[in-house]
Amino acid sequence: MIVLDKITKTYFNADEEVPVLKGISFTINDGEYVAIMGPSGSGKSTLMHILGALDTPTNGSYLLDNQDVSKLSEKELAHIRKDKIGFVFQSFNLLPRSTVIRNVALPLIYSRVAKEERTERARQALFSTGLSEDRFSHLSNQLSGGQMQRVAIARALVTNPSLILADEPTGNLDTATGELVLDTFKQLNDKGHTIVLITHERDVAEHANRIIYIKDGSVLRDEAKKSS
Amino acid sequence: MKVADLLEETYIALSANKARSALTILGIVIGIASVIAMTAIGQGAQSTIQSSITSAGSNLLYVTPGQQRGVGVQVSAGRGSAQTLTQEDADAIQQEVSLAKNVSPELTRRYQVTAKGTNTNTSVIGTTFAYPDVHNMQVDQGSFITDADVKSQSRVAVIGPTTRDDLFGTDANPIGSTIKINKVEFRIIGMTVAKGGSGFSNPDDAIYVPISTAQRYLAGDKYVSNISVQANDAESMATIQQQITELLLQRHKISDPLQADFTVMNQADILAMASSVTGTLTILLASIAGISLLVGGVGIMNMMLTNVTERTREIGLRKAIGAEESDISMQFLIESVMLTFLGGAIGIILGWILAFGVQYLGFTTTKVTWDMVLLAFGVSALIGIIFGYYPARRASKLNPIQALRFE
Repeated sequence: MIVLDKITKTYFNADEEVPVLKGISFTINDGEYVAIMGPSGSGKSTLMHILGALDTPTNGSYLLDNQDVSKLSEKELAHIRKDKIGFVFQSFNLLPRSTVIRNVALPLIYSRVAKEERTERARQALFSTGLSEDRFSHLSNQLSGGQMQRVAIARALVTNPSLILADEPTGNLDTATGELVLDTFKQLNDKGHTIVLITHERDVAEHANRIIYIKDGSVLRDEAKKSS
Repeated sequence: MKVADLLEETYIALSANKARSALTILGIVIGIASVIAMTAIGQGAQSTIQSSITSAGSNLLYVTPGQQRGVGVQVSAGRGSAQTLTQEDADAIQQEVSLAKNVSPELTRRYQVTAKGTNTNTSVIGTTFAYPDVHNMQVDQGSFITDADVKSQSRVAVIGPTTRDDLFGTDANPIGSTIKINKVEFRIIGMTVAKGGSGFSNPDDAIYVPISTAQRYLAGDKYVSNISVQANDAESMATIQQQITELLLQRHKISDPLQADFTVMNQADILAMASSVTGTLTILLASIAGISLLVGGVGIMNMMLTNVTERTREIGLRKAIGAEESDISMQFLIESVMLTFLGGAIGIILGWILAFGVQYLGFTTTKVTWDMVLLAFGVSALIGIIFGYYPARRASKLNPIQALRFE
């Protein structure tokens, strides 16, 4: 469960204070599929960084599974990211010249999981994204965009995190492939994974069950879709 | 992160850029190879000099005129060639120092020597029958100078093989021929076995004559240039050294040992002196090679910095999926240490081959010692740590958000 309470983030450039988030509060329950939507410059990237424990808020509290993440040290944040967060990026960020399996298993290295178990868990994660098995030993740069993003999703899944954070996951894909990736998220959500999708595209956000609109650093609207 | 995983990551990262990794370690390879080769040459020179000193005879003491000078205020120029030792001193040592096995007074000068139509400039050593025993010398053909030759001041000479080659040609039998030393005629009665020395005091390039003859016909006085004394065993060396010093002080009527006009040195002193000279030579050679090692280290740092920049996004990703700063810095540090370690290993092998080649081609003897090899390994790993530290730290301190956005 994610509880954000009056989160603010202010950047200090030279003498100038730039407030980016101006008191954001919302709660995301386990198993939800939420889209955070807003135009560029709305602060949604900053919000994602805070949600993903890559950054800490200037003020306010962020409870992730009842643990206050807002005031942790860099090292503690790394532990949170390792155990509780799975990232999916717009540009995939796969290791080039490495096999699909190795890419997916990479986060487990930092959890000191033994090699055989890493491979097994990477395979399971890949199966749940629907990538065909004959691709598992391919090098990541031999894959198509859609395949790469599914590898990236598998990598986010492999540690069995509390939250999967996807930052514009379809931004580098054509519409058809994007739909495929969004379907993957949908299926994962059906299996109980909590997914937060950050996007500026209405069409993409529509796939989630709940949309939080951000504008100028504040929550503009928070609407749950009627379950279809 | 487990060690095995760390090593696997390192292997994958380094083999992803094989050409660059190879070129970078080349600097370390050259550095380590030259350190190994240079010190091998230095150590080889040291053992050559030591063996030539010990091959001059065992348990030897040298009595030379003049004073042994350390760092002092007095200028002692010319004292080394001073004429303070006489034939009588040598005789007195022979008679009174009972522990001395052999006493060989020597009068060494360089003269122009002529044979039929040929001539050379070589050392003429006036000595006695004791010389071959003291200096480990054997006579190949004919015989050495006898006691009778010394007593009768015979004009006979024993020739070294190199001098024989110069005067009579290789393989010629010189026995019975006559030569002129400083225009005085000598008959050759023997030739020594080649000892294979080299440099300024080559025992093969010399002519041996009775000391009395040398004093009378060549030098024209009764002085000797040095006295070699052979002890029965190594234990009695110190006693003999003491006895000779006391005897000569008494004979020369000198009460203060610091004012002695002669020096008694034993082989150990000479060895120590030679070792300190060759030791300095080795350090000099090694430090020149060390500079190239340093340059290699800078190359490693350069490559690692490029590496960190190129892999900024990868670092960002690794941090995003939970890598701690220590995980990242270890990964890059191990990469640079692995590079230098590999460079060190190849360098040691190359240096060894170089040292062997130098010896094989006959330039000089070389000696690769295990402690040099271990030192080279240690130094190369250390260079990896020192020059890899800054890039690794830089990588670990990257902000993951900015690193992920890096283009």
